[in-house]
Amino acid sequence: MLYREAGQFKTSYSADQSIFPIRQDRIALVLFGLVAVLAVPALASNYFLETIFVPFLVFAMAAIGLNILTGYCGQLSLGTGGFMACGAFFSYKLAIAFPDLHIIVVFLLAGFGTAAVGVLFGVPSLRIKGFYLAVATLAAQFFLVWVFNKFGWWTNYSPSGVISAPPREIFPGFAVTGAQADPITKYLFLLAFVALLALMAKNLVRSSIGRSWMAIRDMDIAAEIIGIRPLWAKLSAFAVSSFYIGIAGALWAFVYTGSVEALAFQIDRSFQVLFMVIIGGLGSILGSFLGAAFIVLLPILLNNAPGLLGLRISVELISHLEFMIFGGLIIFFLIVEPHGLARLWQIGKEKLRLWPFPY
Amino acid sequence: MMFRKLGLAAVAAATLAGSVAATAPVAAQEQFVPLLVYRTGPYAPNGIPLADGFNDYMQLVNLRDGGIDGMKYAWEECETQYNNDRGVECYERLKGKGATGASIVNPYSTGITYALIERATNDKVPVLSMGYGRADASDGTVFPYVFTMPITYWAGADVMVQYAKKESGGSLEGKKIALVYHDSAYGKEPIATLERLSKEEGFQFSSYPVAHPGLEQKATWLQIGRQLRPDWVFMWGWGVMNSTAIKEAASVGFPMEKFIGIWWSGAEADVTPAGDSAKGYKSLNITGVGTEAPIFRDIEKMHADGKGLADKANIGTVLYNRALVNAFYYTEAIRVAQGEFGTKPLTGEQIQWGFERLDVTQEMIDNAGMTGLLSPVKITCADHEGGGSAVVQQWDGSKWSAITDFIAPRRDALRPAYEESAAQYAKEKGLTPRSCN
Repeated sequence: MLYREAGQFKTSYSADQSIFPIRQDRIALVLFGLVAVLAVPALASNYFLETIFVPFLVFAMAAIGLNILTGYCGQLSLGTGGFMACGAFFSYKLAIAFPDLHIIVVFLLAGFGTAAVGVLFGVPSLRIKGFYLAVATLAAQFFLVWVFNKFGWWTNYSPSGVISAPPREIFPGFAVTGAQADPITKYLFLLAFVALLALMAKNLVRSSIGRSWMAIRDMDIAAEIIGIRPLWAKLSAFAVSSFYIGIAGALWAFVYTGSVEALAFQIDRSFQVLFMVIIGGLGSILGSFLGAAFIVLLPILLNNAPGLLGLRISVELISHLEFMIFGGLIIFFLIVEPHGLARLWQIGKEKLRLWPFPY
Repeated sequence: MMFRKLGLAAVAAATLAGSVAATAPVAAQEQFVPLLVYRTGPYAPNGIPLADGFNDYMQLVNLRDGGIDGMKYAWEECETQYNNDRGVECYERLKGKGATGASIVNPYSTGITYALIERATNDKVPVLSMGYGRADASDGTVFPYVFTMPITYWAGADVMVQYAKKESGGSLEGKKIALVYHDSAYGKEPIATLERLSKEEGFQFSSYPVAHPGLEQKATWLQIGRQLRPDWVFMWGWGVMNSTAIKEAASVGFPMEKFIGIWWSGAEADVTPAGDSAKGYKSLNITGVGTEAPIFRDIEKMHADGKGLADKANIGTVLYNRALVNAFYYTEAIRVAQGEFGTKPLTGEQIQWGFERLDVTQEMIDNAGMTGLLSPVKITCADHEGGGSAVVQQWDGSKWSAITDFIAPRRDALRPAYEESAAQYAKEKGLTPRSCN
């Protein structure tokens, strides 16, 4: 009923190849965009903007990055935390050394720097695969965090090793980093930035480069035989993936927490992003958003739930309940659909399109 | 099939639940204090007595005195699990509650303190980082809303060196001092101070980072115990790292009398897991130990009446006492502010005013029944550390006891270091330090 497609004809190749071929999807997207741009800033409190939507968007960006590498190109990586740290520290050094550089340029340059580091650590992927590659990227994780922790140059010799984001404006009068930044400005900036880069990622994976990644993922020997160069495909996946993850790290340090130490990008962070990708759906941009929402928002929601329901129970019990329910839900969703939330949505949509006449 | 439908229903339910936003109201005429606690997670053994101390002190003020001059406390706990992101989330969750919002925040984590300094300054909420956080925040001209009283890590390092010097017969010339530290913002704080002192006092300084969480220290201690053989070992450890270090030090035969921890390495939970090997281990403390102070009679009475909020086993422990002193500090600051702004729920900005005029004299300490638990401090607009001091305590296998009086750090050398570091922070942030004259 909702998804009745009768009368929707595609009369050009570009219409056939659009990201959202169904009209209902396009309408939903516009509505969703309006809610995100207009309703959320108007209705949500600062608490929701600062501590729920901002980290969600930052993590969605990191998940897109890892999804490109692991989901689309099939290269398992545990170095996400290290690459996020690269982005954070690169942008810090850039922002301090060149105070006049526009903050978006800083983020992009930090992303490119991280991409170079990613390519470097991607080189072993040409020789080793699967779990062995995971171990090689693990080395990147520990090495990078150690570098930022060990050498004072990265933190401008701060005695504690903590970097603190300097205040910067996106337009004159609209600060996005530093304590003066308005949560609404931060949120809208992130929303636009992440949406734009997500659109870029979506188009990348639909292009020839994305198809070469997927060919490598599905069977590298076959891909090589049909003329895809593994060197080029794998290293480009590492580069693009690290670019996104680096920007996510920079956003984490600059827009979300405002101050960060290398320890914030420990191995836990890598696993957190990996779980987002797995639960959201490998090889899906939408899945990156769903996974980020699941991992970031659900624990906070569960933690707040007793208070919202007016129950007075002790904080440690709430905390234990949060872990139990969250763990249970992960298992539940993975049993219901091992391919992640994005696949669940896809199946649901297929059913709606056929409804009320399944099969 | 059924399972799939359930899954879809669950997604829908989660989406609906996510759109619900509401905050629970707190009674209007009370002074609201948010409590960032960690009763779960890897640091829960330290977090529970701390949280208990805060609860008991505020409960005592409400029940025994009917509040601060009649203004009762209201508070709410939020579990951070000692996790920086959660700490920020908790702060944002609680800062708008109560009659005037959060009036003071005690993060009890150096990482969370770093994350909150800017936010709280912007929201005009005082941060009382009592013996942790940024040492350079003692410069009130750059950090108007951060208070580091009674003493900072840098000053703690100075006290340790003074103590070692006295015990070594008045000179550290040619001695070797090793620092074992948690490889994080917290553990790195004392390094610069110790490096400076090593030049001034002529001792050889070497530092050994221990990766979080600190369970693997065999190599570190082999190096210290067999190769370097230092005269003194200082430790900046936290949680499980402390007891592991004590065990490893004992296994390489390092004498416990020469092993001094910072005040976060000197609670009951840090030494009891190490058993007998911890006997003789020393640490600094910023508060007194034991239950001799008269305030404990009131607390015991409150517990006898069934009104106490703490686990009785925690009363009188090192961290419980520290939380009592912490709550005492802000209670007195609120009292000062009430003298200016009247007896009503005060805003963070008004309490900051009170803090900057807080002069904790020995007489005030005695009147509050806190004799021996803390030393006098005097906060001014520029000096947010207030000239506090620390004691050295020793573990005898069953309890901690103080073995020195309160030792004052040599602040004439520390103060310029605070100011220099704070000035660099101000420059990076583009802040103009306020004038305190």
